[in-house]
Order: sequence, then C-alpha cells, then structure tokens
Amino acid sequence: MIRLENIRKTYKMGDIQVHALDGISMEISQGEALAIVGPSGSGKSTLMNIIGCLDTPTSGSYVLNGRAVSGLSKNELAGVRNTQIGFVFQSYNLLPRQTALENVELPLIYRGLPGKVRREYALAALEKVGLTGRMHHRPTELSGGQQQRVAIARALVGDSPVILADEPTGNLDSASGREVMNVLTKLHSQGKTLILITHDPQVAKLAQRQVRIIDGRLETGGAY
Amino acid sequence: MGFLQAFRLSVSAMLAKKLRSFLTMLGVIIGVFSVVALISLGQGATSLVTEQVQAIGSNLVSVNITGRGALTGLSLEEALELASRPGVSAIAPVLSGQATFKHQTKDVSASLEGVTPDYNTVRNHNIEYGRSLVAADLEHRQKVAILGSEVAQELFGEKNPLGAQIRINGNAFTVIGVLEEKGDGIGGTNDNKVLIPLTTAQRLLRNMTISALYIQAESPESVDRVVVSVEASLKQIFRDEDAFRVFNQADLLSTVSQITGTLTLMLGGIAAISLLVGGIGIMNIMLVSVTERTREIGICKALGARKKDILYQFLIESAVISGTGGLIGLMLGQLAASLVSRFSDFPTTVTFQVAVLALAFSVGVGIFFGIWPANKAADLNPVEALRAQ
Repeated sequence: MIRLENIRKTYKMGDIQVHALDGISMEISQGEALAIVGPSGSGKSTLMNIIGCLDTPTSGSYVLNGRAVSGLSKNELAGVRNTQIGFVFQSYNLLPRQTALENVELPLIYRGLPGKVRREYALAALEKVGLTGRMHHRPTELSGGQQQRVAIARALVGDSPVILADEPTGNLDSASGREVMNVLTKLHSQGKTLILITHDPQVAKLAQRQVRIIDGRLETGGAY
Repeated sequence: MGFLQAFRLSVSAMLAKKLRSFLTMLGVIIGVFSVVALISLGQGATSLVTEQVQAIGSNLVSVNITGRGALTGLSLEEALELASRPGVSAIAPVLSGQATFKHQTKDVSASLEGVTPDYNTVRNHNIEYGRSLVAADLEHRQKVAILGSEVAQELFGEKNPLGAQIRINGNAFTVIGVLEEKGDGIGGTNDNKVLIPLTTAQRLLRNMTISALYIQAESPESVDRVVVSVEASLKQIFRDEDAFRVFNQADLLSTVSQITGTLTLMLGGIAAISLLVGGIGIMNIMLVSVTERTREIGICKALGARKKDILYQFLIESAVISGTGGLIGLMLGQLAASLVSRFSDFPTTVTFQVAVLALAFSVGVGIFFGIWPANKAADLNPVEALRAQ
C-alpha cells in the first residue's frame, strides 16, 4: 500500500543543513493500523506531510497504492490527496463559515461532482460518525469532539483508502477523545488503512503496530 | 470547482465581512457612478446641441457677403438666380436691420428681416397662425408684418395681433401672422424678430443689396455640391474669395458633435481614474483577505484543491465585490441622470452600451486587480499554509 524508501528531507537554515528526515524506509500494508510516535521535533510531522503528499521529500522514493508519488507535480499531488488520503488534524481544520455538511462536501467539490451526489455522499459520511442531526451547524456551534467527527466524516467522504490522523485527540478531553478513537478504530475495522501520528501512548496502543521516530530516524519494534 | 459553487463561496465570504466588503465596494461604486453620470451628461449635451443644429436644418447652407469695394452685396435678382444652381431646392435672401416696433403705448426693439415667401420653408420656421408672405406682397411692397413669438408676446400679450397695426420706425404695418416659438438656438434667440416683404424692407432700410441668404439643398447629401456651385457663382460676381462666406450646417453639426464627443470621452476618462483607484482598494483588501485566510487555503489544498481552484475562488471573489459595486454604482448613476433631466431641461440618458460597458469594466477591474492576490493565494505551500494561525 505505502512504501517509503530512504526518504530524506533536508531544510536549509542559513548555512546549516537540517535533516528533518534522515533516511526513512518503511512499508504499510493495506488495512493496517500504524501509530507513528515520537517526541516533538523528531520529524514525525514532516513524515506525515510527506506521506500525506502535502510535501515532497528531498530524496528517496515513495510509492502510494502502486503509484510513484515522489516525482509528481503539485497539481497531480493535489489529485492524489483528494482521492487517496483522508486527513484528520489535531485542530480539526474545518472551514469556519461553512456548515458541517458543506465542510464534508468540500473534497467532493474539488473532484467536480455535481451537488446532488455530493450531498448524498456527505450525508452518508455524517451518518457514519453519528452527526446527521448537526449537519446544518457551523463549527463554532459544535463541541470539539463533534468538530473532530465532522473532520473524520470529511476524511471519509471521498472513500480514500488511507486515513492520516495527526494527533486526532490532542485538543480533546478524554471522553471526546475516546469517542473519536472509537470512530477511527471502527473505520479501520471496516478496511481503511489508518496512520496515527501521536505522542499519546494510550492512543498509540490502539494501533496494531507502532514505529518510533527520533531525530529523523526510525526505531522499529520496541514497545512504547 | 463549478462557477456556481465558487460564486456561493465568494458571496458567503463577502457577507462574513459586511462592513469591509461595503467599504471596498465603495471605491467601485463611486467610480462607476461618476463614469455613468458624467457620460450620460455628456451624451445629453451632445444630443441637445445636435438637436439645435438639426432644428436649423441639416440641409441648410447660409451665405454671408461682406463685399468688395463698392460692391457690398447682391441684387435681389442675382440672389434669386442662385436658386437655379444644381441641387438647390429653395433660396431665401434676407435683408436685415434693427428696428423699433410700436403698438399703442408699447414699443420693443428687435431685428427686422426683409424676406421672401420661401423663407419659412428654408429656415424651417413656420407660421403659428395667420398667413405667410406671398409673391404679391413683394410685388406691391405691401406693408405687412409677421411677428416673432417674443415680439408678439411683448406687444400684444394675450390679445390677438392679427389685423392690428404696428409702427416700424414710424411706418404703419398690418400684422398678418405670428411665427411659431422656436426657442434659443446657437447664436441667440430665434423669436425676437419681425418679418416683412423684402422689397418693402429695401425701401424702409434704404438698402438695395442683399448681404445674407439661406439656401436649402435638396437633401443633406447634396449640400456639398450646392456649396461648390454657389461658391463658383459668387466668385464670378465678386472675383474675390474673401468677399463672401458660405457656411454649411452639416459641417457645423459634425464639428459640434466632435467637440461634445471629445468632451464626453474626457469626462468619462477622468471618472475612470476613480474606478482605477477603487480597483487598487480591491487589490489591497484581497491581499489582506489572502493573509487572513491562509489557513483556510491550506485546508482546501490538503483536501485536494488544485492551484487553479484557489485562483478561481479568489478571482471570482474580487469580481463579485467589484461587480456588485458596479451594479450599485450603475443604479445610482442612473438615478442621478434621471434626477438631472427631471429638474432641468437637460436631456440625459444612460444608454444600454454605457451600462454594459460600466459593468464589464468594473468586473474587469475586479479580475485585473484580483490576479495578484489570487495568485499569491494559489501559490501558497500547503504545509506552511496549514501552519498559519
């Protein structure tokens, strides 16, 4: 499903080269749930950006769903994000002026689907996260847990095989966090590939496999 | 992303910041308002002047003779002979002077014109009531007079002047008609005059020579031909090109409408500068908007928005702002124009072309000044945009 080979990401800060990722190789198979853990500054956000096709590696190869992604143009990457990856962010990242339903529809707008179809799919996605009753509310009218569930519905709506969740419970109280994790694990059980980036051991435990990243390198195997 | 979707998003973004959107729009509103109002005023002036020139008659040729040496003008026979030139349909020699007109205790000073029966058709100035001059009046040097409406009003007020006696420089004349009111034209009033038979005028003014005549061409197209042939004839008589002047109303018409047309363009151009300033206001606010919404742009990009989706979104947004402003400005301009024509006799019209042009221009301004901010938004790096607060 996902194969990273010797991925490097180097930033230039003045004269100094900073290696955010220093030769990362890993494979994630279809339907797997993987937790990427590590302290802040370890490079896990950079890794997430590269897996999520938001950023391109300085060197190395990345194959997503049988397609070499490393050499694609910005527009092609936008298309890959749209169809292959569903993002769940720590701070939800919903559009503040749009209703829950409109937020969920957004990925389908960029896919060029007609309004009726978008609405139908968005309603189905909201139903999966149990928020049908709140579809006409704006993000400010929803609790944090509800906002995150709207974000998950948005990640689902395009039927992307991979769900990439970056600290999905980071801004939530423990009850809402559990609720969100329940939804995510349920999705995983329905066949989605789930990639969790977190520093919360409780959250990481829910994944079958954990990899730890320190100073841009992987430490595999070890229990967190 | 479809146009309708982008349009809806733009409207919701605009409504989210109502005061700011309105203030941004204000620049375009004022710009379009002044363009529309000034151009319609200019066009009103053009049509007013054109109307006045056309009222004189666009197939009218006027001849003024200054003379050469002792030869100060034409004899009546020489003047009438010009009627046989090709393209000439009628000719009206005029012998004019200033005179005092008296009726009972009232007197008024006005211009006295000795004319022939053709005068009314050639000058396009008809009799309101009474009769016009006939050939017999000239033949017998009848002391009859046709009053201009202003003279009739001053001497007779509401009374019927027909058949009444007036005194012109002390000589008794019978009023046989009154001219229709023509109003002010180029070169002053047309109504403050009195017409008498030309032969009578020659005696009264002690002047036999005709120094002014009006020629009616068969059609506006034959005017040029008439001018050439009349000039040729006059040159034969006077042997000097400076002894006479031949004016052509069509030339006057085109000169005047050229001047007012240039004036209209100039006014519109000055007003367009304010529209340009409005456009810069839009660019300014769109740049602010892009900075404020950097995170939103990042979200859209993460969800699969391509560069052109974002570009499109922001371009439509600035076009919607300026287009709405243009629409409001157009309505205000139309209102101003109709108020001007209601409370003055100045005819103003907002033509369809001006309306379309103003709207298209305002939308164009929005797009043009939106390009840079929109491009800035579309070029944002998604990772950095998502990091923005």
